[in-house]
Amino acid sequence: MYKLLLCQRYLRTRFIALASIISVMLGVATMIVVNSVMSGFGTEMRNRIHAILADVVVETISLDGAPDPDRWTRVILGAGGDDISAMAATVEVYGMMTFEYRGQSVTKPVTLIGIQPETKASVFPDGSSFPDSLDSYTAIRKQGKLIRPPLRGKEVPPGWELTAEAIAYRRNMVERQRIFMEQRQYEQEFERRESKELDDETPFEASDAVAKSKSRATGADPFANRTVNESENAKSPEFGAHDPVMAEVDQAAPQTARIIPGAGLIEFLYEDRETGEKKTMRMQQPGDDVMISTVKAGRPEPCRFHATIVDVLKTGMSENDSSLVFCNLEELQRARGMIDPESGIGAITSIQIKLKNYERSAEIVKRLEAALPPGLFSVRTWEQKQGPLLAAVEIEKAILNVLLFLIIAVAGFGILAIFYMIVVEKTRDIGILKALGASSRGVMTIFLSYGLALGIVGSGVGVVLGLLFVHYINEIEAGLTWVTGRKIFDETIYYFPKIPTDVSVLMVVTVALAAMGIAVLASVLPARRASKLHPVEALRYE
Amino acid sequence: MHEVLSLNEAMLNEAAMTRSSRPMLSTATHLSTVALEKFYRKGPLKIPVLRGVEISVRKGEFLSIVGQSGSGKSTLLHVMGLLDSPSVGEVLLDGDRIDDLPQQTRDEIRNRVFGFVFQFYHLLPELNVLENVLTPLMIRHSFLSYWRRRNEFREQACEILEKVGLTHRLKHKPSELSGGEMQRAAIARALVAKPEVLLADEPTGNLDAGTGQEIMGLMRSLNEDEGLTIVMVTHDEQLARSAHRMVRLNEGRLEILTGAA
Repeated sequence: MYKLLLCQRYLRTRFIALASIISVMLGVATMIVVNSVMSGFGTEMRNRIHAILADVVVETISLDGAPDPDRWTRVILGAGGDDISAMAATVEVYGMMTFEYRGQSVTKPVTLIGIQPETKASVFPDGSSFPDSLDSYTAIRKQGKLIRPPLRGKEVPPGWELTAEAIAYRRNMVERQRIFMEQRQYEQEFERRESKELDDETPFEASDAVAKSKSRATGADPFANRTVNESENAKSPEFGAHDPVMAEVDQAAPQTARIIPGAGLIEFLYEDRETGEKKTMRMQQPGDDVMISTVKAGRPEPCRFHATIVDVLKTGMSENDSSLVFCNLEELQRARGMIDPESGIGAITSIQIKLKNYERSAEIVKRLEAALPPGLFSVRTWEQKQGPLLAAVEIEKAILNVLLFLIIAVAGFGILAIFYMIVVEKTRDIGILKALGASSRGVMTIFLSYGLALGIVGSGVGVVLGLLFVHYINEIEAGLTWVTGRKIFDETIYYFPKIPTDVSVLMVVTVALAAMGIAVLASVLPARRASKLHPVEALRYE
Repeated sequence: MHEVLSLNEAMLNEAAMTRSSRPMLSTATHLSTVALEKFYRKGPLKIPVLRGVEISVRKGEFLSIVGQSGSGKSTLLHVMGLLDSPSVGEVLLDGDRIDDLPQQTRDEIRNRVFGFVFQFYHLLPELNVLENVLTPLMIRHSFLSYWRRRNEFREQACEILEKVGLTHRLKHKPSELSGGEMQRAAIARALVAKPEVLLADEPTGNLDAGTGQEIMGLMRSLNEDEGLTIVMVTHDEQLARSAHRMVRLNEGRLEILTGAA
């Protein structure tokens, strides 16, 4: 009883000890905030990777693919049975995407994925959907303000149709192209006529160079002079109008091949020189045409085709957004020569599978591996496919936790020092207690429970602070942005409107218990010293 | 360990039984020391403090020990009260040796048999007067049994505080009390556990003459009215004379001075 009473009194009267647990408190709060934000980001990232990859992916080892996809889907269905909820056959191959931007042609390496939007949409894991990662289905907001409403309603299934805006853009572009071409034609006509006139004049005035130049300076405008030079270059391929890509654009109808490129492929971030604001610049719009080059199946011969951008992929994973290009499956198969000329059935390189219950994935992967011929396919879950990245994130989190826990450990040494001081200060009281019959263990218990009490207070306040911080993290971020004038959390980089957080009860409890443990451990040494004090010497202590 | 404990308990019970029926000043030896020696070691040097002290206190006796500073009288008191252990010799309580008992039993004897009063009062500064007085009972009982009997203990403490005249100071912290009041609180604390022997180490050493007399009067009345055995250490022979018997300690050796005053 006296132990609790004294412990409680010490807690109420020694504020220096409370100061020592501020570090415990801060450590606990930081650990909770960092873990919550990191696992918030981690969960978000996993969801995004998962969304693009589906639960389980069966891939052919060869890029040529496997013919007769129906046969393999039957095999997979036979092996997977009731566990399989949906499947999507795709063709995945590396390629290049080329487009014109500011007079130069830009080529980017890409991963082409031939899909059927309906089947691809069916293998998206629960909680995410294909439209979620498409630009035309999402509203664009900036600092909470709506800049552009969604272009397509949620009720429209994802497909290869252009949005009304893209069609309008395309028509407008074609119109401009047409006017430009007409203008050029007219100018060429004019220039041809003029050069004819010049040719006619030559026999007469060839000797009189001065007179000729005079007549040109006065009679013809400088613009005409330039067209002469340009007409010489008219046949050179670098001129846009004569590029084979652009030549196709003459009609407003889009290409049969349609693509959804990742945002990172056709956009770039830049900083406005005047305002310092970060902005995205689009090099290509939905409605623009690009050229896709890849290799044919079988013999690696290059092949290329024109495709119209119908939408922009925004998965929020920069790795995906800067490499993936979704394309219509049949066009990709045709371009790569993957369609069997006799049956008309295209080969595929991978089958994405959605499971009813992802927890059973390991077992299903084993069953699929057993059912499919070895050496032809590899079967992996999305986690196995992204293993190194996920492992790296986990290690990062573990290291951060160790470092943060060291903060609490350092706080432990602070407690140790202050406790030693308190024991010295309380030497006489310890002597009194012993004279009154308190045992050494009793005295030790006083200081141990004092340490525990400090730990409970410290980690309790730390937990509350940490949870409050996590709860109001967006408000705090807004406040910091307002104070510093710089955006702390830039949504244009992360695509998150808010900072994602994920508070795990287990993590909070573990951190709190560990902090209490440290406080108790730190008080062991001073408590032992207190219990070892000789009562007579302690009483004599001044 | 258990045997010793039960033995000790039996001894305590016996002591409690005999106490109620004994006469005011029995001839039975209550607390005694046999050939007590105590020395401190300072490196290779042995510094003797007590050199063969033989002293015995009868039940209900008021014994005072006088001596100069450094004569070892406080050490003798500490050894008798089991706060310190003798280098050589024995401490006997009702004829049984108590100085070689295990630590836990010695702690318990200290709590149940002895009551200490110190020159500097030694009250716990964080607790108020009532809580200070209750400390020995809190130490004796476990949390649960204390909690169950807390009202009984409270009354007991209030009764004793009334006896020492501190009823109006129950909720005061020691720092808010005068020296005399603090010493009275310390005496109340020593008495609350109903000890058999009160060991007082210069109880009036820090008080003015008037207050000192008051405290002495309080101790004498406790001795006379309740038959409490008191051993008091002091350097003030005037005060010491008011005890039944006075002994002088000189350089660790005992000189018997007088019989009862």
